Amino acid sequence: MSEKVEFLQGNEACAEGAIAAGCRFFAGYPITPSTEIAERMSERLPEVGGVYVQMEDEIASLAAVIGASWAGVKAMTATAGPGFSLMQEHMGFAAMTETPCVIVNVQRGGPSTGQPTKASQSDVMQARWGSHGDYEIVALSPSTVQEMYDLTIECFNWSERLRVPAVLLADEVVGHMRERVVLREDVEVVDRELPEEGEEIEEPFPLEPDDHVPPMPVFGRGHRVHVTGLTHDERGYPATDDPEVHRKLVRRLCNKVRKRAREIHESVGYDFIERESDLALVAYGGCARTVLEAAEELGATVFRPKVIHPFDADLVRKLLDGYEVLVVEMNLGQYVEMVERALDAECVHLLGHPGGYPPTPERVIKEAERIQG
Amino acid sequence: MKREVRISGFGGQGIVLAGVVLGRAAAVYEEYNAVQTQSYGPEARGGASRSDVIISDEEIMYPYVREPDYLVAMSQEAYDKYAPEVKEDGLIVYDSTLVEPHRDDDVEHVGVPATKLAEEELGRRIVANMVILGALRELTDLVSEEALKRAVEDAVPPGTEEINVKAVELGARGVRE
Amino acid sequence: MDWRELIRWERMPHILCPGCGNGTILNVLVRALAEKFEEGELDPDKTVLVSGIGCSSRLPGYVKLDSLHTTHGRPIAFATGLKLANPELEVIVVTGNGDAAAIGGNHLIHAARRNLDITVICSNNYVYGMTGGQASPTTPQGAKSTTTPYGNPEPPFDLCELVMGAGAPHVERWTTAHPHQLKQAIHRALEREGFSFIDVLSQCPTNYGRRNDMRSPREMLEWLRENTSTEDEPGKIRIGVLRDEERKPFHERVYELVEEVSGDEEGG
Repeated sequence: MSEKVEFLQGNEACAEGAIAAGCRFFAGYPITPSTEIAERMSERLPEVGGVYVQMEDEIASLAAVIGASWAGVKAMTATAGPGFSLMQEHMGFAAMTETPCVIVNVQRGGPSTGQPTKASQSDVMQARWGSHGDYEIVALSPSTVQEMYDLTIECFNWSERLRVPAVLLADEVVGHMRERVVLREDVEVVDRELPEEGEEIEEPFPLEPDDHVPPMPVFGRGHRVHVTGLTHDERGYPATDDPEVHRKLVRRLCNKVRKRAREIHESVGYDFIERESDLALVAYGGCARTVLEAAEELGATVFRPKVIHPFDADLVRKLLDGYEVLVVEMNLGQYVEMVERALDAECVHLLGHPGGYPPTPERVIKEAERIQG
Repeated sequence: MKREVRISGFGGQGIVLAGVVLGRAAAVYEEYNAVQTQSYGPEARGGASRSDVIISDEEIMYPYVREPDYLVAMSQEAYDKYAPEVKEDGLIVYDSTLVEPHRDDDVEHVGVPATKLAEEELGRRIVANMVILGALRELTDLVSEEALKRAVEDAVPPGTEEINVKAVELGARGVRE
Repeated sequence: MDWRELIRWERMPHILCPGCGNGTILNVLVRALAEKFEEGELDPDKTVLVSGIGCSSRLPGYVKLDSLHTTHGRPIAFATGLKLANPELEVIVVTGNGDAAAIGGNHLIHAARRNLDITVICSNNYVYGMTGGQASPTTPQGAKSTTTPYGNPEPPFDLCELVMGAGAPHVERWTTAHPHQLKQAIHRALEREGFSFIDVLSQCPTNYGRRNDMRSPREMLEWLRENTSTEDEPGKIRIGVLRDEERKPFHERVYELVEEVSGDEEGG
């Protein structure tokens, strides 16, 4: 089958990306502005032999997704603000049990019920820190409908590679807009490494090396492993009283992602358009569309990351050191905090734009001119 | 070339579909870029409906319509709300069955009795959206007739392709004559 | 298969208090499983234990099978994903009254409504034992706990009535004073296709009996024996097979739909 050119909503493209990546299980709970993903999955999954189930809430949705993943099936859920909040405990459980799974968050305005039908980027920190404890995840942010397709696939691939939950940190702008999308057939699909079927595994959760990703002994293949959200030793057994076990475990859970930050950024890609200017604009997701347009008019350099987490401070320093940097985001300042830590904070400025829409290019240009005096 | 199009009316007229068809014609069957957005939630309740399309031969970054080149108005409420935003050298195409125009500067207005034509000629009020879309295409050449028809065939409910294509042709004829 | 082969001996001694009813449940569960494996009715490599948080939820960790020890109240939601993604798996949820009836009550009733083909064994000892004996939704009215020092003002849930109301086709209630009957109940539950729920009234001498004039495990077991009946008797808790019906399980309906739709796709 050749590639297919379509004119789709971002949410629809996300569902198509999931199917292309091998997702065969979706559990979810309808919530604006992500619902079209569930709707499309409910139609498409049975066509490809997959299972769609609508759960009783978002807590159950991510639980079922994690269960499906341990049954050996690639699984996803999709949600927005309030639902993402409810999923946080199981984000932590997935991180702790090293369960590959994809969570799509089509961000809307908050806190609380906020602006259900309007765009926001105010879950950037929640995606990374929303569950309790020390952990890392992967979060990618699409700016186009094509990227809703492509980055959903990347989410699955990195989730499978690293055995971590991966978040597609989308927003209502790209979730709801329609654009041309090429449903590529030649996508690279990564599957989790599995141990030999029937093999008895003495140490399913090795504590070292500190960035190790062990093969996943999914259920029903004779490994007879115990998987727990408690701090566990190499055998997977609870070891809550041993400080050294806990330290080594959480260090590995973090390092397996952190130490691969550059690799993830290089592989997923980013835009860096260098121009003769002292000013660099930084933006991601739906908001970046405004900023790319403004930067062109301003003749300013622009950096658009697609990987939001893990943040690669060295990369940001390498690209943006020496610039006056203006970060534009649809919140009151989240990504900017990471940029400030990477660079001389004095040189980092914020145009925080909550409210439901990205700022117009004119608004960004005005802010850039103000900074430049 | 970059054109901003706003299609507006009330719920049930197929306003969103008209925008999707136009965007699809431009993005899939022509070499253009196109972005379609629409009203959601409270904005889309109470009857009002809006579907925006930007068509350009360059990359479209900022995705929202700021100053429409073309406005399609299929209800009085939509006309009243959006007509003042249309560019001075723009064009307003309105359903003359339902809309009484009143913008008093010299923005070009074309009235098409889309709902009446759909009902009387095709016996289906529901395809008035395609009648007016056909008229818009004929007046603006935003996309080719062929591209628009193919997009209609893709996007309308199965079994209704023929009547919808006829509606497009009807609208085009309506403004040619 | 000898039941001893199913124990993770390297994890002994277990964390349960002396006289805990969960010991009986573990004992009965592994024996029932060993018999099922021996009969060839179940495959140990395709049998998964799932649990939440609480004393009873620690039991799967002592059994040498694939096991998922999840979050508080959610084991049934995890089990939903496991069973639907791979219907070949025999999924058994071991849970407690706090886990299943309080924080996880929503998942319990929805799994019963869907008729998810799993077996739920609920160790019902009236309190939150692991955290020191706080009141739970099954604590009898008037009973003392660390959070109802003057007696519990709330009426309790009857979990069997709850899941039957939600549509569960196979529901039984037994006690830890009825180990033989409990083992037979687990056998039946594993044989039934659909949602099987076993409410196991159990003793927590440490954190419930102590505060309610039943200091020793024996006193509690005697109480369980004397206050329950397989007949409808006034003032006694009804135990036994409360419902045993057949309903098509959820995964069969889902996969029939998948078959129908994907068949159409290939044909078309």
